[in-house]
Amino acid sequence: MSETATELSWQERVYRVLREHGVTQFPYVPDAGHRFLIEAATADPSVHAIPCTTEEEGVGIVAGAHLGGETGVLLMQSSGVGNTINFLSLIQHCSFPFLTLVTMRGDFGEQNPWQFAMGQAVEPTLNAMGLITLRADDPEQAVSTVEAALGMTQVGGRSVAVLFGQRLLGAKKF
Amino acid sequence: MLERTPALAALLDGTDDRLIVTGLGSAANDVAYITDFAPRAFTMDGVMGAAASLGLGVALAQPAREVLVVTGDGELLMNIGTLATIALQNPQNLGIVVLDNGLYGLTGGQTTATATVADLETVARGLGIRRTLTVRSDDELTAAHELIATPGDTAVIVVKVAPGPAAAVRIDRDGSRLRSNFRSYVLSEVGR
Repeated sequence: MSETATELSWQERVYRVLREHGVTQFPYVPDAGHRFLIEAATADPSVHAIPCTTEEEGVGIVAGAHLGGETGVLLMQSSGVGNTINFLSLIQHCSFPFLTLVTMRGDFGEQNPWQFAMGQAVEPTLNAMGLITLRADDPEQAVSTVEAALGMTQVGGRSVAVLFGQRLLGAKKF
Repeated sequence: MLERTPALAALLDGTDDRLIVTGLGSAANDVAYITDFAPRAFTMDGVMGAAASLGLGVALAQPAREVLVVTGDGELLMNIGTLATIALQNPQNLGIVVLDNGLYGLTGGQTTATATVADLETVARGLGIRRTLTVRSDDELTAAHELIATPGDTAVIVVKVAPGPAAAVRIDRDGSRLRSNFRSYVLSEVGR
């Protein structure tokens, strides 16, 4: 690994991996944990950074991107997972390959009690809608898990959610 | 008042190369009927509220192709914020046709908000859509046909139609087949 590569943050490496795999549509609902990826996509003239009013739009956009021959990834916070559930019918019923990166709340070290209900329901609800969930709790895992998920979606044709845990992102103290 | 299926047929006349994404229900039936089940039409029969965002993804992926979303007032209202998401991107190859009959046709004809208080063209403008038109007559239908044939900012066309049944066809409900046929068409030379 070159000197520069070792200096890249895990978020920069994740963005690089997504771009190397041809991801060109980045629908998102803002989240502090996704700040780097959102800024990187927004600054990149060769991709579409697409702020959404609600997360289910991102599911529609990723499916539409595939219909049009491109690849998208949905960036959202765990609270947004609940908003996507019925739209994930589209993914399952039509066998769309689908990738989402979810930044977790209501998880390791959470102190805001409003976050636990949805945070703890993320995996069971996504699994119930046919998605494979993969957790990443440290920087190395984050990069390798996104890489693995890209293979599972682009080659394997499945739908996968990568969950970035609060052990990785840091739990907010409020 | 305009009748839905002939009005949509007039609007789609001469647009045989256009990619179409429909909302569930009557819009899907009408489009399947008018396009004779062409693979370039992705007709949904579920996932209410998804047509516009799906169309956005297709339009951004295929900037050289014209893309049309055909849906109903209830379907669009369910995720009306998507118009703001689309306005921010403002793809130059996207049109959204709303067949507005003021009711939920699939569930027994209960009224939607457009039957009384809501105006979709005003909402679309307010959310940032730059080209909008409401169609109530044959003359306005001709103007709408011209509008979607002219490339430019994303357009929303609200067609006020009388309550009444959609085309009586049975649409293909095999989602994987619809996805695969549409994508193959888009990526094939024929589809270009």
